[in-house]
Amino acid sequence: MEMVPIRDGFILAGALFALGLIGVLVRRNVIFILMSLEVMLNAAGLAFVVAGARWGQPDGQVVFLFILAMAAAEVSVGLALVLELYHQYKSLDTDAVSRMKG
Amino acid sequence: MLELLWLVPAIPFAGALVLAVLGARMSHKSATIMGVGTVAASAIISILIAAEFLNSPPATGMYTQTLWTWIDVGSFRPQIAFYLDALSLVMMVVVTFVSFLIHLYSAEFMRTDEGYSRFFAYMNLFVACMVTLLLADNLLLLYLGWEGVGLCSYLLIGFWYQDPVNGRAGRKAFIVTRVGDTAMAIGLFLLFHSLGTLRIQDLLHAAQVQWSTGSAYAIAAAALLLGGAVGKSAQLPLQTWLPDAMAGPTPTSALIHAATMVTAGVYLIARTHVLFELAPPVQFAVAAIGAATLLMAGFSALTQNDIKRVLAYSTVSQIGYMFLALGVGAWGAAIFHFMTHAFFKALLFLAAGIIIESLHHEHNIFRMGGLRKELPIAFWTFLIAGCSLAGLPLITAGYYSKDLILWSAGSSAAGSTALWAAGIAGVVLTSLYTFRLIFLVFFGPVRTLVSRRPGLAMTIPVCVLAVLSIVGGFDKAPFARFIATALPTLSEAVGGITETLSSIVAALAFLCGLLGAWFVYQRNPTLATAMVENPAGRALHRFWFSDWAMDWLYDRLFVRPVIWIARVNKADLVDSIYDGLASLTAICYRVLSLTETGKLRWYAAWIAGGTVAFVAIVMFL
Repeated sequence: MEMVPIRDGFILAGALFALGLIGVLVRRNVIFILMSLEVMLNAAGLAFVVAGARWGQPDGQVVFLFILAMAAAEVSVGLALVLELYHQYKSLDTDAVSRMKG
Repeated sequence: MLELLWLVPAIPFAGALVLAVLGARMSHKSATIMGVGTVAASAIISILIAAEFLNSPPATGMYTQTLWTWIDVGSFRPQIAFYLDALSLVMMVVVTFVSFLIHLYSAEFMRTDEGYSRFFAYMNLFVACMVTLLLADNLLLLYLGWEGVGLCSYLLIGFWYQDPVNGRAGRKAFIVTRVGDTAMAIGLFLLFHSLGTLRIQDLLHAAQVQWSTGSAYAIAAAALLLGGAVGKSAQLPLQTWLPDAMAGPTPTSALIHAATMVTAGVYLIARTHVLFELAPPVQFAVAAIGAATLLMAGFSALTQNDIKRVLAYSTVSQIGYMFLALGVGAWGAAIFHFMTHAFFKALLFLAAGIIIESLHHEHNIFRMGGLRKELPIAFWTFLIAGCSLAGLPLITAGYYSKDLILWSAGSSAAGSTALWAAGIAGVVLTSLYTFRLIFLVFFGPVRTLVSRRPGLAMTIPVCVLAVLSIVGGFDKAPFARFIATALPTLSEAVGGITETLSSIVAALAFLCGLLGAWFVYQRNPTLATAMVENPAGRALHRFWFSDWAMDWLYDRLFVRPVIWIARVNKADLVDSIYDGLASLTAICYRVLSLTETGKLRWYAAWIAGGTVAFVAIVMFL
């Protein structure tokens, strides 16, 4: 089986991570922010898997499973907060929730 | 019995504590029992201790009681320990006994005062501090008592604090004595630095071994201790606080002048006499200061018209005699004079208190007069104390002690005829101002009507003190033998003044003053006014009245410049550094708080940026 070169894998992971980060920073809708966070988490997971495949170790995939579990937990808490946010403000705009400024 | 020594300062201290905490809620009667009773207990215990000490003296002539170690830092281990020998025993008994009489008197004198329990709290603390000072085994504990006495004097002089003048007098006493205290503190640092201990007996022993007579260290240490003594004992040039200290209630004046506070300086010098013997120039300075002070204060006392100020200057002058005695090495004579002075000066103030209270708080002697018939008790006791102060030959205690000092000044190896002559001139002045006071206050026409006669609590103390003012001098020989167990005896010079000659001249000096006062104030009352009327007389009168313009001088030299600097430097130059620091912090805070936008995306951006920066630093640096 042809191995995907590790450099290409990391470039892809980096690109995904950057896209996710940009999404977090520029989107105002909190749902999209959560989605972008998912992209970032998966980019990190991809990097682990690529590295694990390169050295033939299972550790990369183990960590990816952890990341999946954490992402599930994060989304459940995040969505609960989103619901509460919408309940209070009738809006999904994060910039509306800026009362805790210095 | 001797083990009860610690109770002597502890009981009045406990009394002060209880009165300070619960005083406001105590009834008048329980406050009296607390205030007078504690000092009475202390006096009884100290008399019992004295009886035991005299009957079966300890083998070494002293007794030490160590309670606990106060501070333990390396080789510096001062202890809370009391040291009892002939010197501290005499001081302790006189101080507690006279204080007890003054407390008893105060119970009546202050009965209507609002701050009754506060007054007794201060007075008890005063006695406790003074006894601590006297019994201290090391100089640090002595310094604690020393400062405590200063604090209490401040509190009591400014006791009637509603009047700003009293507060001023209190502050003046505190600040002026502080000048001396600072010198003394430096002296203690020097002693500890060079001798490695503050225990008085070890220190004196080490000084004798390590320092030769006249060495620079000994001179510096003795001079610094002298500075402290001069401040506390109101000697030249720091005597200006004592006359103003008359702002306090009269029993306070009696306590400050007779028992506590001003004699602390005399005690300090007597206690550390070895240092002064190692520093002959400083010891001479002690005698010179004493002689100069006794003359200056005598002249000032002549011109005062406030009965208490006359007595205040007479105290300054009498302490001058004690310094003179210390300076010529007559240590025992100084302590003997301290004892007789405590009796007659306490009596003078207490009798003056009776007069002042009977005349609606009138202090001016020119508005008194003819009180001989009106207040016979005050008259007789004041007369006895006045004779003792002036030194009425052969009868009074003051004669014996002063005579001993005069003879010592003339005959000691460290003395001289000049010092003796100054002392004799002082006797003339003392006699003159004392009888001026007596003639003006008790003789002549009645000028103010008496409103109240003293009760029993005021009569008993003055009667007891009157007896002591007479019989206190008859124990001259046994006293000298007893005190010699703690202090060296006088080393006489060859061919000095003989005792008989000195006594005869002193007696003549006393008569001179008496006749002078009688002639000016009794025979020709117009003469005194005539003397003050002519220009030279008036200038001299003003000069002496203002205490040789010392207050004016200090006002110009120190007080005004300080006030001027304070006014110019209102913004406080040094403080601006800290102000700048504070405003820099405030600016930083304002800038940083701008980043707290409350916008989630900004925070995320900062986290991302920070991470990138951190990784970059790790990778490239």
